[in-house]
Amino acid sequence: MINEASEKSLYLPRPVKLIEVETLARKEKLFRLQLEDGNVLDHSPGQFVEVSVLGIGEAPISIASSPTRGPVFELGVRVVGSVTQALHRLRPGNTLGIRGPFGNGFPIPELEGRDLLFVAGGIGLCPLRSMIQYALDKRHQFGKVILLYGCRQPVERLFRQELREWRERDDIVLLESVDRCPADIAWEGSVGVITTLFPSLDVEANRTVAMVVGPPVMYRYVVAECLKKGMAKENILLSLERRMKCGMGFCGHCQIDNTYVCLEGPVFSYARLAQLNEVEL
Amino acid sequence: MEILATSKTQFQLSLDRMIDESVVYGAKPKAIAYEFDRLFSVDELRLDYDIALLSPNKYFLPPKTPLLEFKLDPQVSVETMVDAQPGIIIGIHPYDMHALKLLDAVFLDNLRDINYQTRRQAITIVGVDCLQPWQYSFAASMGTALPPDNFDLWLTDLGNEYLIEVGSEKGERLCRRYFKVSDTGEAQVRKREKLREDSLSHYKLSLDISPEEIPELLDTEWNSPMWEELGQKCFSCASCTMVCPTCICFDVRDKMELSQLAGVRYRRWDSCMFDAFAKVASGENFRPTGTDRLRHRLYRKGKYMLERWGELGCVGCGRCVHACLVDIASPVYAYNRLAREAKTR
Repeated sequence: MINEASEKSLYLPRPVKLIEVETLARKEKLFRLQLEDGNVLDHSPGQFVEVSVLGIGEAPISIASSPTRGPVFELGVRVVGSVTQALHRLRPGNTLGIRGPFGNGFPIPELEGRDLLFVAGGIGLCPLRSMIQYALDKRHQFGKVILLYGCRQPVERLFRQELREWRERDDIVLLESVDRCPADIAWEGSVGVITTLFPSLDVEANRTVAMVVGPPVMYRYVVAECLKKGMAKENILLSLERRMKCGMGFCGHCQIDNTYVCLEGPVFSYARLAQLNEVEL
Repeated sequence: MEILATSKTQFQLSLDRMIDESVVYGAKPKAIAYEFDRLFSVDELRLDYDIALLSPNKYFLPPKTPLLEFKLDPQVSVETMVDAQPGIIIGIHPYDMHALKLLDAVFLDNLRDINYQTRRQAITIVGVDCLQPWQYSFAASMGTALPPDNFDLWLTDLGNEYLIEVGSEKGERLCRRYFKVSDTGEAQVRKREKLREDSLSHYKLSLDISPEEIPELLDTEWNSPMWEELGQKCFSCASCTMVCPTCICFDVRDKMELSQLAGVRYRRWDSCMFDAFAKVASGENFRPTGTDRLRHRLYRKGKYMLERWGELGCVGCGRCVHACLVDIASPVYAYNRLAREAKTR
């Protein structure tokens, strides 16, 4: 048997130190991480990593922080399966593994000088937060910045402190909605699905790029609203959730027609998605 | 490259010695079919087999491949794991060599997969012409019934002797080490060409269009009623993909030792025909029906793989035609029917 690998496996995770864990909501935590070798992750907003818990497995997770924020990066993780359960049990000081960053991320050169309309549903705020932070850190490079954030109910809202800060700034417009609000909770935002935020919205269609991340069911309705505002299909960007197992275009799980979401995505323009047979929008 | 000859008696003696000295795999008769397996005697080898249940790709991309080994105690450590044993495979048919060409493109051309590469390099391939094709094969019409140029040595059974074509330096070394060969004349090479040509007419199934036309045919047939008609019968058993020599999709999993202190991360064959293949953590399934999955498989074989890696994903071996329990998996049936329907429209 040959057991001496002449090269490292493509599947070898890089060790990262868990610096801090913050509870975001009932099922969501934010993990602050840093590569143990001292390197910077060097990601683009919108990219993802494969997070590895040895003995349990790997899961694709979007990077929730901007590369402008230094060597510490953040992942927002909802408990849904065995890997995310194991992640939620980790404590600061623990080591975990990551591979990546993978995927294309948002097309930053194309966004420069444009108005940015972010539309986030639920945990979809995580990948968008990376781009929002980026835009706020390089504020002069972009036009208007608008964030529409929808959750099922107020208790599910993520990054509440940051939302408050954004609300207080005058260079970003934040509008929020919840599908429903229990009677005993004070809520100043809208009640209804996220598309209820659109009619009053003032967007200059020809200078705006929309970035939409949320549950699959949200896309069809949000895209319809963007089109109604007069936006071109090329300027509506969606980030897709798929089951990326390898992240490198091998395993086949994330394929849509002949497109590998892990390589050519996860960010696609609606114009591109409209050409794919397996996407129904 | 060079074409040599060896008598059948000499060939037996050479193989005897090869099997003694090296790890040699070849097609052996098993309970229900021929199967590539380790040879312990030359008598076990059948070079006139019709089909092997699984393609020899199982040696390059095994059903289960360990990728990493890790320890959690006393310190966390992770190491690359590569296991490959030098060996010789004797008797790969041309269509399986065409499939291997595709696998090479996938796992070596862009990002190099160290596990695949190590196994590929450790193995010497001796192919053989398929002169008596299997009844379910349609390789002739797929253009895969004759060997591509990726072999180390290639055998042709001329009746009383084997012709040996040398295809690589690795093959030349193997040939020099084991085979007692003589030079060939034009007559022997002509005989080989004649046998090959004749073999092409023995295929019972054939594609009615040229394989190059499949991608454009599929471009217009996404909404054909055929997909639903076939798909609703599908058991999602994945037999078609398990026997396919170009199926490469996998899952990555961890397995812990009983001690819970160490384990292995491995990849194992997965299939786009399984109902949960495209399901994500939130519960959404992006290919929820048998129809979605069957259509995806036949698009992958007839279009996507070609577009991405330069080789069609179907080599016409016929394994899926035979493996399917409800007779819906056949690419040649599907493509012919779509071509017919497109024409009459």
